[in-house]
Amino acid sequence: MAANPMSQFDVYRIGPEIKVGAFDISFTNASLFMILSTVSILLIFNIGSKKNSILPNKIQLLAELSYTFVSKMISDTAGSKAKPYFAFIFSLFMFVLFCNMFGMIPYTFTVTSHIIVTFVLAAFIFIGVTVIGFIKHGFGYLKLFVPSGVPAVLLPLIVVIEIISYLSRPISLSVRLFANMMAGHTMMKVFGGFVISLGVVGGWLPLSFSVALTGLEILVAFLQAYVFAILTCIYLNDALNLHH
Amino acid sequence: MVKKIYFQSIFFSFFFIKESFAAESGGMPQLNPEFWVSQIFWLILTFGIMYLVLSKLILPKISNNLESRKSQILENIEAAEKQREDSDAKLKEYDEIISKSKLEANSIFNQAREKALKDIGAKREVLDEQIDNEIAEAEKEIDALRKNAPDKINKIAIETSSELLQKLIGAEVNNSSISAIVDDLSKRNGDKYYGN
Repeated sequence: MAANPMSQFDVYRIGPEIKVGAFDISFTNASLFMILSTVSILLIFNIGSKKNSILPNKIQLLAELSYTFVSKMISDTAGSKAKPYFAFIFSLFMFVLFCNMFGMIPYTFTVTSHIIVTFVLAAFIFIGVTVIGFIKHGFGYLKLFVPSGVPAVLLPLIVVIEIISYLSRPISLSVRLFANMMAGHTMMKVFGGFVISLGVVGGWLPLSFSVALTGLEILVAFLQAYVFAILTCIYLNDALNLHH
Repeated sequence: MVKKIYFQSIFFSFFFIKESFAAESGGMPQLNPEFWVSQIFWLILTFGIMYLVLSKLILPKISNNLESRKSQILENIEAAEKQREDSDAKLKEYDEIISKSKLEANSIFNQAREKALKDIGAKREVLDEQIDNEIAEAEKEIDALRKNAPDKINKIAIETSSELLQKLIGAEVNNSSISAIVDDLSKRNGDKYYGN
């Protein structure tokens, strides 16, 4: 039953099974919420950019504030060279944010609580950043692993550590988001279960916890989207402006 | 007592929850690879479409809107600045005109005053001259009268005395002898009568 706090992460097929070759690409609840997120993003930003009035209405203000927020975040962390990647980072931030926020509605599915989704995003960012780095600096990009001002004795060790930290970027990026979302939702479910099992007598304590946790989780949902986007910017900064 | 029962019930219920979780728990659904391909496929599809629409259609519009608003605001500020400068210049012009017209009015007033004074002076001179002339004429007349007066008086005195004598004496007295007497008298008493 729903008492299992992990059952909220179950993926199930909606509609028939679709197979392309050996691959199962059936429409699932995960797909549904991906589509919901993207459609609501496109809807909001389409309405927000339609009319260009000097005094913006609420949706226009929302769209323009998000635009300037992300634009400022990119220029602060990655400089002006990162401008061509603005659209990607904007989409990334909005996608993660909306998926996280949709997960906060009861009985919904949280797309970003699945390691495979966050890992695909992180791996794409990792590969993209590495390719950009090699295109911009050639093999000079490998200097990223050799920090300046390190004594020669320590250099082999430092280089190994740098390479490991570089390679672990996609893992840390994806696990951070996935683990945060999963832990938060599991905790909320557990406290919700306590409310039911303790009933009218003892349920008030976990209920108040649940209320506080909901606020915290909304904060975490925003914060993790922000962290995801800003880490992408930092990686991009390494690839664009190589100065270690 | 009630408190104790309350906390005991909470404590025991934890056990029940744990048991029920343990019974149903089937590990993390995230690690079940059954739908991984499907999730990857739908992620790439939805994210790709969203990225394309955002980057090609929506974001340029938003940046356009922001730019146009910025430039319009700057334009408006510029226009306002210009209008302020214009109004400042006009105010200065107005002040200048007022001070100029004040000076002009002053000078006109002064001129008019001078002219009036001059006119008055000229008229006064003319009048003075006329008065002087009239006074001089009158004096002349008076002088003439004064000069003629003793002769006339003498004449009257001679005629009167000759008539008197004629009536008193009944005899014609020679006028010349009477006039000699009158002349003599008037020469002696003339100063007394005329005060000269």
